[in-house]
Amino acid sequence: MKGNGNHNARIGVYVCHCGTNIAGKVDVNALAEYAGKLPGVIVSREYKYMCSDPGQELIVKDVKDLKLNRVVVASCSPHLHELTFRKTTANAGQNPYLFHMVNLREHVSWVSEDPIAATEKSKALVKAAVLRAVWHEELEPRRFPVNPNVLIVGGGIAGIHAALTLASAGKQVYLVEREPSIGGHMAQFDKTFPTLDCAACILTPKMTAVKQSSNIHLYSLSEVSEVSGFVGNFKVKVKKYPRYIDEAKCVGCGECIEECVYKEGKYPNEFDLGLGKRKPIYMSFPQAVPSIPLIDSATCIEFKSHKCPKGCVEKCGDRNAIDFTQKVEEVELEVGTIIMATGFKTFDPRRLPQYGYGKFPNVYTSLEIERLVNASGPTLGQVILRDGRRPESIGILHCIGSRDENTNKYCSRVCCMYSLKLAHLLKEKTGAHLYNFYIDMRTPGKGFEEFYKRVLDEGVSFIRGKVAEVSGWAQSPAEEGKMILRVEDTLLGIIRRIPVDMVVLSTGLEPQADQQEVRRLFNLGCSAEGWFLERHPKLAPVDTFTDGIFLAGCNQGPKDIPDTVAQAGAAAAQCMAHIDKGFVEMEPNTAWIDEELCSGCHVCIGMCPYSAIHFDTEKKVAVLNEALCKGCGSCVAACPSGSAQQNLFRDEQLFAEVEGVLV
Amino acid sequence: MAKPKVAFYWCARCGGCEESVVDLAEGVLKVVEAVDIVFWPVALDFKRSDVEAMADGEIAVAFINGAIRNSEQEAMAKLLRKKAGLVIAYGACAYQGGIPGLANLTDKEAILQYVYQQSPSTSNGNGTRPQPHLKVPEGDLELPEFYEAVKTLDQVIDVDYYLPGCPPTAKITFQAIEAILSGKLPEKGAVLAGDRALCYECDLNSTKPEKLLVTDLKRPHQVIIDREKCLLAQGILCLGPVTRGGCEAQCVKGGMPCTGCFGPLGRVRDYGGKALSAIASIVDSTDEKVVAKVFEALPDPAGTFYRYSVPASLLAGKRKAA
Amino acid sequence: MSNNFNPSIVGFFCNWCTYLAADLAGTSRMKYAPNVRVVRTMCSGRVDPQMILWAFRHGADGVLIGGCHPGDCHYQEGNYKALRRSKLLRKMLPQFGIEPERLRLEWISASEGERLRDVVNEFTAEIRHLGPLHKKQAAPQMAVAA
Repeated sequence: MKGNGNHNARIGVYVCHCGTNIAGKVDVNALAEYAGKLPGVIVSREYKYMCSDPGQELIVKDVKDLKLNRVVVASCSPHLHELTFRKTTANAGQNPYLFHMVNLREHVSWVSEDPIAATEKSKALVKAAVLRAVWHEELEPRRFPVNPNVLIVGGGIAGIHAALTLASAGKQVYLVEREPSIGGHMAQFDKTFPTLDCAACILTPKMTAVKQSSNIHLYSLSEVSEVSGFVGNFKVKVKKYPRYIDEAKCVGCGECIEECVYKEGKYPNEFDLGLGKRKPIYMSFPQAVPSIPLIDSATCIEFKSHKCPKGCVEKCGDRNAIDFTQKVEEVELEVGTIIMATGFKTFDPRRLPQYGYGKFPNVYTSLEIERLVNASGPTLGQVILRDGRRPESIGILHCIGSRDENTNKYCSRVCCMYSLKLAHLLKEKTGAHLYNFYIDMRTPGKGFEEFYKRVLDEGVSFIRGKVAEVSGWAQSPAEEGKMILRVEDTLLGIIRRIPVDMVVLSTGLEPQADQQEVRRLFNLGCSAEGWFLERHPKLAPVDTFTDGIFLAGCNQGPKDIPDTVAQAGAAAAQCMAHIDKGFVEMEPNTAWIDEELCSGCHVCIGMCPYSAIHFDTEKKVAVLNEALCKGCGSCVAACPSGSAQQNLFRDEQLFAEVEGVLV
Repeated sequence: MAKPKVAFYWCARCGGCEESVVDLAEGVLKVVEAVDIVFWPVALDFKRSDVEAMADGEIAVAFINGAIRNSEQEAMAKLLRKKAGLVIAYGACAYQGGIPGLANLTDKEAILQYVYQQSPSTSNGNGTRPQPHLKVPEGDLELPEFYEAVKTLDQVIDVDYYLPGCPPTAKITFQAIEAILSGKLPEKGAVLAGDRALCYECDLNSTKPEKLLVTDLKRPHQVIIDREKCLLAQGILCLGPVTRGGCEAQCVKGGMPCTGCFGPLGRVRDYGGKALSAIASIVDSTDEKVVAKVFEALPDPAGTFYRYSVPASLLAGKRKAA
Repeated sequence: MSNNFNPSIVGFFCNWCTYLAADLAGTSRMKYAPNVRVVRTMCSGRVDPQMILWAFRHGADGVLIGGCHPGDCHYQEGNYKALRRSKLLRKMLPQFGIEPERLRLEWISASEGERLRDVVNEFTAEIRHLGPLHKKQAAPQMAVAA
């Protein structure tokens, strides 16, 4: 079966109009006529929609009636419909790998201006496919079992929801979170728009459920360090950073924190974005899961001087949970599927110095306001400015780091709504006058527009215009002691100066700082903006180009909580589809080595990133383990004697294709 | 029964192939016993007219070595093709173009300029060049026409079999002669040597590391070669992995890397392309600058990878501007 | 150099990046020169220099290889193999009278539809400027043993 070209090939060529998508540019009749004259072509047809049922039936009928043994469909990208047509030919009783597809739509009709040139290009591609198809051979997909365990990277609401969904279906989940607690950004929010649910009230039960589920194995303060294998059979290494408190022994009483040599918090609390203070031994927030304190070795006196009286250890007593000797541990996990729920970071407004963040103490980011208005936040929900005053006027500036050629071109999608929410909360808490400065109000969601109306009715001012500058340069007594927002009110067509006490920057969402490294670790793609790339923007929004790895939440692009949860559920469902099917079928595009011809020169062995090839000292040739081969073909290109070949991409097939495109 | 008639001929060559026939040593006597040599310009006094006088197909086998550089060689090849039942391209030059084929990396005009005008030892004030046709008072003179490019034997005539090597070794020559005498020949067009690359029969192959990767490439004169270790693993440019076996790694045994005279394996379409791919592949660096530095050891990639096969290569030789 | 010259260019595009970038350029309805004809490989590491030479032999005026950005290869390091091979090949091509510019290796990720368009347009213009590689000479018969 290690193929000779079939010189008795009976080829059918099917040219798809795709409505006018192809036929509007390519002369499909001329193309079909041309194809009909190519060697080995028994029949060539054009049809309005090849992927439609009648289109597919046309192929099945021809294969049976005309005894075709090769089918070429010239339509859209194989990434879209290759599987469709492989199934069609399989339904006709043909081995599906004898099929070949030509990409006329994405690669020709949609990108060409001149119909004549487009038709010529199409002819070349069709000829290449026909010449190539002669060399196609029967293949069988490879089948591997699926490990039913799932890895979820990131314990924000997306990771939590996916983990709970899978756990409730009885699946084992490894949930890896790099922070001391799960909860993610949602745990930092005060209320959620547009319903004004308390974020903690709806999130905490889910966090607790994670803690209580025996099917969820939580690794906090942990990061994935290595990923190998493939769908159904991933091997993952997780680095667990020391908490210096033994999770198995600690009961979370928190008495150790009380006994710390520092009687008050001294160091900025990360969870409160530095607005509050914590001790070297602390819980990031009261509802943290795991509800176990941690010790920050950078600030703990014991780590610095070894001279701390260690009240914490003493208080812990016989439980003996505090362990200053903990080291980084590495855990190895085997999973079948992976959900990436790694979230986002907020835009750093220091990049736009005109807004005065870091310069004027009373300029805040929106996330800081979430903590500031939160009842368990650093001010226990009191809106007190950094200078101790209470604001009488507040400006909320939309689109900071979004919809901006200089930072991010995209709309961060959630800022309009959370700005409305913050306007409402700040108004409620301070009675201050609220201004929203917006480019466009974007409220497309269930209950969103109604919420906008409500905030309008509450008397919040909306000024259409992007603030140019936050300055402290008062030009009138009314401006003294205030920050002055200079803005073009584009509805009035005038430049305005608006003095305020507090500025809130509605910062946009950005990919995580280490998004690129994580992407490489998991072999994912990124969009131009740096978000993880989904397999198809509409039809495969949680799949990636690496089979078995799915996306949930904002690492794929900005989205609000309901969308995140929906996506997390979808990702969990995709994992379950794999688990319940029990096996994966993989493209048989593996390499193979002809042992009769291989000289055992070792060149290919060094090419393989998966160690799929080894030297057989008995036979004195290289031997390839098909199960480990991922089908890149690097070894084939390197093989100096042409003894290594790749299924679906054999030398003969590619040489024929090259000849074909050069008509 | 009459002994089969055999002819030997040389085209553009160095003479080494002829030498290799003599190198058959006592063995050659056995051959001479078994056959009747009817044409062998280097050793026996037969003329072209003797061949012309023969009936078509009268010669059983013609061994032709050397590449086709000029019209005379082509004419002789065609003549022998007509008179011989089997034509064997003998040696690297007839098979793939060989060393003379390297001339295809330049062009006819440049060669003639250098040889007849620019070389330091040339004194040719009038710029005289050989002419294919020349009228002199004594009559018309004919000289073979110097072609634009060197061709392999099978680019001018139909060839039945190929014996690779520069020159072919005694062993494969004997095997070929035996096969011919016994009539046990493989399919037409075959190369009469092994179909595995040289590494398979090289004693040093067992010294290779599992992953054959090199951080540096060296030319033989730049290093003291460890003769107990695979040369390529030492970074010495040995083309054993790309080259058809059959020579029993004679060069490597002699402490020199394989330069590829046995040519490509049957699955390979372009010897140099494959050689280049293999060598570039095993350079163990992902840094563009480091890679460029390593490739400095290859000042003449075409001459290195196509030492014996420029005319048979996909590009065949230098292209002139269109 | 005639402006009417319509170069033939073979594009070897990696399935995971440049091929998808071309798909994206399509769905985004970007218009670009029709000269590049794509041969899909799973990885730029599959592109055997023989195939590039084969393309030049069979009438290509230029060859464009599209792979994943360094560090982004779907198969870890296939793109670096492509890099090394094309680097050495570009060093050799002038010895055969072929301008090295006729072989180009570009890193184009799946999201870079615009870059795909720009590279194709620019490369087509460059090859047009270089002129045809082939003077339609009769290629000598191949000597490949059966």
